[in-house]
Amino acid sequence: MGEYRFLISSSPHIHSGESVQRIMFSVAGALLLPTIAGVYFFGYRALILVVTTTLAAVLTEAIFQKLRGKPVTVWDGSAIVTGMLLALNLPPGLPLWMAVVGSVISIALGKMIYGGLGTNPFNPALVGRVFLTVTFPVQMTTWINPVDGTTGATPLALMKMQGIPTDYVRLFIGNVGGCIGETSAIAILLGGLYLIYRGYVDWRIPASYLGTVAVLSFILGGDPIFHLLAGGLMLGAFFMATDMVTTPVTKLGRIIFGIGAGIFVVLIRFYGGYPEGVSFSILLMNAFTPIINRLTVPRIYGEVKTR
Amino acid sequence: MLKTFSGGIHPPYNKELTKHKPVEKAKLPQKVIIPMSQHVGAPCEPVVKVGDYVKVGQKIGEAKAFVSAPIHASVSGKVVAVEPRPHASGAPVMSVVIESDGMDEVYEGVKPPKSLDELTPDEIKNLIRDAGIVGMGGAGFPTQVKLSPPPGKTIDTIIVNGAECEPYLTADHRLMVERPDDVVLGLRAIMKATGVKRAYIGIEDNKPDAIEAMKEAVKGFNGIEVVPLATKYPQGGEKQLIYAITGREVPSGGLPMDVHVIVDNAGTCAAIANVLKTGMPLIERITTVTGAGVKEPKNLLVRIGTPVEELIEQCGGFNGEPGKVIMGGPMMGISQAQLEVPVMKGTSGVLVLQKSEVKTNEPMPCIRCARCVDACPIRLLPTYLGKFAERGMWDEAERYHALDCIECGCCAYVCPANIPLTQLIRLAKNRILASKKK
Ligand code: SF4
Ligand code: SF4
Repeated sequence: MGEYRFLISSSPHIHSGESVQRIMFSVAGALLLPTIAGVYFFGYRALILVVTTTLAAVLTEAIFQKLRGKPVTVWDGSAIVTGMLLALNLPPGLPLWMAVVGSVISIALGKMIYGGLGTNPFNPALVGRVFLTVTFPVQMTTWINPVDGTTGATPLALMKMQGIPTDYVRLFIGNVGGCIGETSAIAILLGGLYLIYRGYVDWRIPASYLGTVAVLSFILGGDPIFHLLAGGLMLGAFFMATDMVTTPVTKLGRIIFGIGAGIFVVLIRFYGGYPEGVSFSILLMNAFTPIINRLTVPRIYGEVKTR
Repeated sequence: MLKTFSGGIHPPYNKELTKHKPVEKAKLPQKVIIPMSQHVGAPCEPVVKVGDYVKVGQKIGEAKAFVSAPIHASVSGKVVAVEPRPHASGAPVMSVVIESDGMDEVYEGVKPPKSLDELTPDEIKNLIRDAGIVGMGGAGFPTQVKLSPPPGKTIDTIIVNGAECEPYLTADHRLMVERPDDVVLGLRAIMKATGVKRAYIGIEDNKPDAIEAMKEAVKGFNGIEVVPLATKYPQGGEKQLIYAITGREVPSGGLPMDVHVIVDNAGTCAAIANVLKTGMPLIERITTVTGAGVKEPKNLLVRIGTPVEELIEQCGGFNGEPGKVIMGGPMMGISQAQLEVPVMKGTSGVLVLQKSEVKTNEPMPCIRCARCVDACPIRLLPTYLGKFAERGMWDEAERYHALDCIECGCCAYVCPANIPLTQLIRLAKNRILASKKK
C-alpha cells in the first residue's frame, strides 16, 4: 500500500471554502455600484477621491503593520472596503489631502490601534468621516449640485432649514447634492440586495433600521419616504450599519441595533443641530454593541431555566 | 414543511459515490484486531489468551460493568496477540488479535432464540446485552443500558435514527433500502423490551428510496411511523432528531430519556434483528469506504476488527495521493495516522481524502460575521467560546455553555476566518470537565 503520511487534524475535515477575503471583496464589489453612480453624477473628481482614499487606506494599513513588525495583510480586502466607504461618505469637492487625512485616521485610529482586523469597536470609515466633519466643517459641508455643478444645500438641509422638499424620483436616482455614494438610492439598494443574497449582510439590520426611521418620522409628522431616500440613510443601512466587526452577532441583537440606530437618526434629523444623523447613529450603536450582545445571548437548546 | 431543527449547514453531501451501490460482503480478513473498548463505558476484559482457538461469535471480551458490552470473535482462528494496538481514537487500546483460519467456523453456542412473540422484555434485553450490541451510529452507547432506564424515568417514544446526515456515508441508507424488514424487526424488539407503543423512523429526504422502502416495511405494524426530515446537517444528531420529530428539547446536561425518548440507529436495529434471527452476536457491520482518495468507493459488510488497510485494498486501493484517512464522516470522524486501525462496532465509514482536497488554511482574526452563531444547532456563540478557549478563560466558556456543544463541526465548517472553533471548544470542554473532577 506504500508509505504515505496522513494529515492528522481535529474534525471537521471539510470547510465551506468561505473566506474573509471573499467577503471583503464582495462588499467592495457591491460598493462599486454606488461608486459608479457617484462618478456618473459628480464626474471624474469623485473617481479620483475614491481611488485616493482607498489607496491611502491600504497604504496606511501596510505601513502600520510593517512598523509593528507584523505580517502585512492588506490583501484581506478590509482596508479597501474602509477606503471606499470613506470616500462614498465625503462631499465630491473635498480637497484630496483632506481625504487622505481621513483615510489615515480611519485606519490608524479607527482600526489599527485596537489591534487590526476584527478588533475595532467603531466602524473605521465613520471614525474617519466624523474626524473630518469636526476638523474641516466647511469643506465637509460644501455640496456640489450634480445638475449644474454649482454648490448648494443637500435635500435634507433644504428640508430642515427652509422646508423645501425634493422629489422622490430625483432622490431615488441620485442627481441631488450630497456625499459621493449616498445620493443614488437605487444603486445602493442593488448593491445591498446583492450582499443580502450572498449572505454577507443580514437583512435584519437594514430592515429594522429603515423601518424605524420610516415609522418614527411618520409619527413625528415628517415624510417617511423622503427621510428614507434622502441623506446617507440608505448607504448607512446597507453598508455601514451592517459592518460585521462592529455590529451584534445575535439575530435579535441586530434588530435592536437597527431600531436603536433608527431612533437616533430621527432624533438628530428632527431635533438636532445637524441636518443628518446617520454616521452618529451608527457610531452610537457601535458603542452599544457589546452590551447588546451580552443581553441577547440566545436561549440554547435544552437550556434549563435557573431561578 | 419538513421537520427539522434550528441552525445547521448544507455541506456537499457526496453520497453519489456510493448511494446506489448495493452492500457487498467484504473478503474474510486474514487477521482481525478487536479492541476491548468499542463503546461508551468500561472496557472489556479479554477472556482468551494467546494460542487459544476461537470461533465466530465466541465471546472474547467480558463486560464486567453495567455500562459496557461484551465483544465477540468475528472470525475463526488462533489468537496471536492480546496487547494494546492502535485504535481509531488515537491512543492504543488493549486488543485481541485473531489470525483467521479461513474456515469461518461458527461457535456452537450461537443458536437462534425463541421468536419475538415468545420472548419476554427481559429476555430481549439480555439477548441484546449478550450480543454486545451498542449504538452503531458512532458513539457506541451500549443499547441494553438505554433500554433499561432507571426507576422514575418513563419512555413513551422510540426514534430510529435513519437520518445519516454525515456527508459521504451511505451505510444506513443502503441498509434501509436493502433490509428494511430487519430495521423494523429490531425496532419491534426494542418496543417490546421497553413496552413503548409509539415509534418514529426519521430519514432525511435526500434518501427517497429508503423512505419508500421503510414505509412499505412498517405497513401493518401499529404505532410505527416513517418521518421524512429536511436534509440538513446535523439532522441525525440525537438532540436535533428528537426536537425535529417530537418538538421536545433534551435538557442541558440531560439524556434523551429525560424527555421520555430512546433513540437508536437504524444499524443498531438491524443488528438486533440479526440476533433474533440467527443468534449471532454483533460481529459485522456495514461500512462505507469512500472519498475521492479510493479508486472504487463501496458499501462493505465488514467483520469487526478488519484493518482499514484491507478495506481500502478491496476498493481498488488509493486513488491519487491520499492526504487524510478518516474513520467516520468528514464532519465528526477522526483522522488516522496508521492504516492498521481496525473497523469497530461504531465505524460507519472510512473516508479517504486526496492530498489536494486537504487544505490547511492559516487562521485569520475573527471578523464577527456570526456565521458560526447562525450555524450552531445548539444556539451557542462559537465565536465567543473560541476566544475564551484561546485565552484560557474556562469559567467564561462554561458560563457560555461550552459543555452543551455537541462537537458537530458546523461552526468551524462555516468560519471564513478558518478558526478551528470546534477544536478550541473541545479543548475548553476538556478543561472544564477536568477541573470539575478535582
Ligand atoms: S464564523 Fe469565524 S469569523 Fe465569523 S464570527 Fe464566527 S468565529 Fe468569527
Ligand atoms: S461544534 Fe459545538 S459550538 Fe460548533 S456548531 Fe457544533 S454544537 Fe455549536
